[in-house]
Amino acid sequence: MVSLANPTRFLSLVDRMMPWLTALTLILLGIGLYLAFFVAPPDYQQGETVKIIFIHVPAAWLAMFGYMLIAVAALGTLIWRHPLADVAAKTAAPIGATFTFIALVTGSLWGKPMWGTYWVWDARLTSVLVLFLLYLGLLALWQAIEEPGRAGRAAAILALVGAVNIPIIHYSVVWWNTLHQPASVFRVGGPTIDPSLLAPLLVMALAFTLLFILLHLISMRAEILRRRVRALRQTQVERAALVEA
Amino acid sequence: MPDLGPHAVFILAAYGVTFVAVAALAFFIVEDDRKQRRLLADLERRGIRRRSASTSAKPKGGAAEKRARKHGT
Repeated sequence: MVSLANPTRFLSLVDRMMPWLTALTLILLGIGLYLAFFVAPPDYQQGETVKIIFIHVPAAWLAMFGYMLIAVAALGTLIWRHPLADVAAKTAAPIGATFTFIALVTGSLWGKPMWGTYWVWDARLTSVLVLFLLYLGLLALWQAIEEPGRAGRAAAILALVGAVNIPIIHYSVVWWNTLHQPASVFRVGGPTIDPSLLAPLLVMALAFTLLFILLHLISMRAEILRRRVRALRQTQVERAALVEA
Repeated sequence: MPDLGPHAVFILAAYGVTFVAVAALAFFIVEDDRKQRRLLADLERRGIRRRSASTSAKPKGGAAEKRARKHGT
């Protein structure tokens, strides 16, 4: 694990993993979509609208997973000051924001035929909207500060403050009376979903998770290279200034 | 395509938005990765390299090396 913290070794590992991870992600996405559209039966209450759940729930899980990843990386930035931790946090933000956006939009599109409305200000929906705004705030902060080290530390503090929202999202359906239903997969006593619907959901969740990891690794590689380019350009400018002097 | 029932438009819209959002994200990430590889290759072609990238040089803790480490590279 320690050797992976070396950016050069990390890049080498990413290069070797990429073809396998890409293939596995595409295969699982294919299987998941096949199960969702051609195998899964309509739900007794939701009918065919249950197909939206196969993308909404994985996107919502990854929205929270992405933010937890940023929060853990923020600790790495602030405590150990490891630059790879900052790279991991910065590159997870746009991916997490996209999955949060997908969770919000697909949830609204499910809500209209099922609840009769696209949106209600209940605790679950509102706390996920706050999560999306936190992601946007982090992205804005990284854009606003040019020096990567300073931007990383400022974003790490914001990320850790915002992490309090994650348990609020998770327990919102328990603590408050919400229109959003309580947990039905990861709960004490086991899932309440029928196995014929649980299987496509779990396959799609695994496929989405691999997609998240794949995009994150490519993005981390790009960010490491961007910082190398930046450092080399600065060196070039300094050498040119020395020659002129 | 199976019959998606009376709410087909909501189902197709949900999958459509997801596809477009993921495709756009993947496109920007892959393009950025390609751009950074191109820029780095261009600098290296011009003889501008990190000390640790050259085979002969031992790390001497010079300014460029320190900066590279600081930037996580």
